[in-house]
Amino acid sequence: MMKVKIYVTLRESVLDPQGTAVKSSLHAMNYTEVQDVRIGKYLEVTMEPTERPLDEVVKEMCEKLLANTVIEDFEYEVEEAVTR
Amino acid sequence: MKFAVIVFPGSNCDIDMYHAIKDELGEEVEYVWHDAEDLSGYDGILLPGGFSYGDYLRCGAIARFSNVMKEVVKAAGEGKPVLGVCNGFQILLEAGLLPGAMQRNTNLKFMCRTVGLRIENNETMFTNGFVPNETIKIPIAHGEGNYYCDDETYEQLKENGQIAFTYAGTNPNGSRGDIAGIINEKGNVLGMMPHPERAVDALLGSADGLKLFQSIVKHWRDSNVVTA
Repeated sequence: MMKVKIYVTLRESVLDPQGTAVKSSLHAMNYTEVQDVRIGKYLEVTMEPTERPLDEVVKEMCEKLLANTVIEDFEYEVEEAVTR
Repeated sequence: MKFAVIVFPGSNCDIDMYHAIKDELGEEVEYVWHDAEDLSGYDGILLPGGFSYGDYLRCGAIARFSNVMKEVVKAAGEGKPVLGVCNGFQILLEAGLLPGAMQRNTNLKFMCRTVGLRIENNETMFTNGFVPNETIKIPIAHGEGNYYCDDETYEQLKENGQIAFTYAGTNPNGSRGDIAGIINEKGNVLGMMPHPERAVDALLGSADGLKLFQSIVKHWRDSNVVTA
């Protein structure tokens, strides 16, 4: 089994209303060092060995469903497996 | 004219939509479940608001892959009127039937109130009953209605007259160019955040939404009913 760790983030050109609110809150708590906050999603997908190359399958899943590429980018890393 | 109201698990404006068509507009309408295989018997397709699949992952992202959506894409390709309201709009964006994407409202609040809408284009099959630049009153109820598209898409929307409605007065969600509703290039798919089905009777505070449905019927009759 493989564990695929997928990070979905908002594209740089897209404003992040949630991140902006969290940044204001951190500033209010005196963490004045905070320059910017961007909120994204983290997904863990456990997979059986694939017939097609794993990269191809993961990219396809991200592009079709897990990320909306109009506003989001994705990255992933693959961890070898999880024994039962 | 016969309408289909598509019902997804988590739709919650389907009954309002049905009521608007049946009792106020006076046309035929049926509920169609999300796993339906065939929409060929319907002249118009309505995707109601709600929280399909709990809005998990992204609003509309999961509904977009339900079985019936293949048929919705087909109906859109055939030129049938397809209207997505609120969550229905989000589903149309996720399905790629309309350009752009939705984000959280900039104030991060769920906005539920009646707003003014300006008719930007009254030459569509959804807006032919309105006067240019007319302002109408329609309720909104959403947390993610902050419409986003890139510069190029926005210019195209403006150039092609694809912006059907904009918010008149205060923009409630931060949407680009105050956009409240857009149509596709062909003009037969409309997505809008405000709920016309909740404004079909003066008793409900406004009957302005009824004109939208009447526009669809008028267009359909003009193009499908042969008069001697």
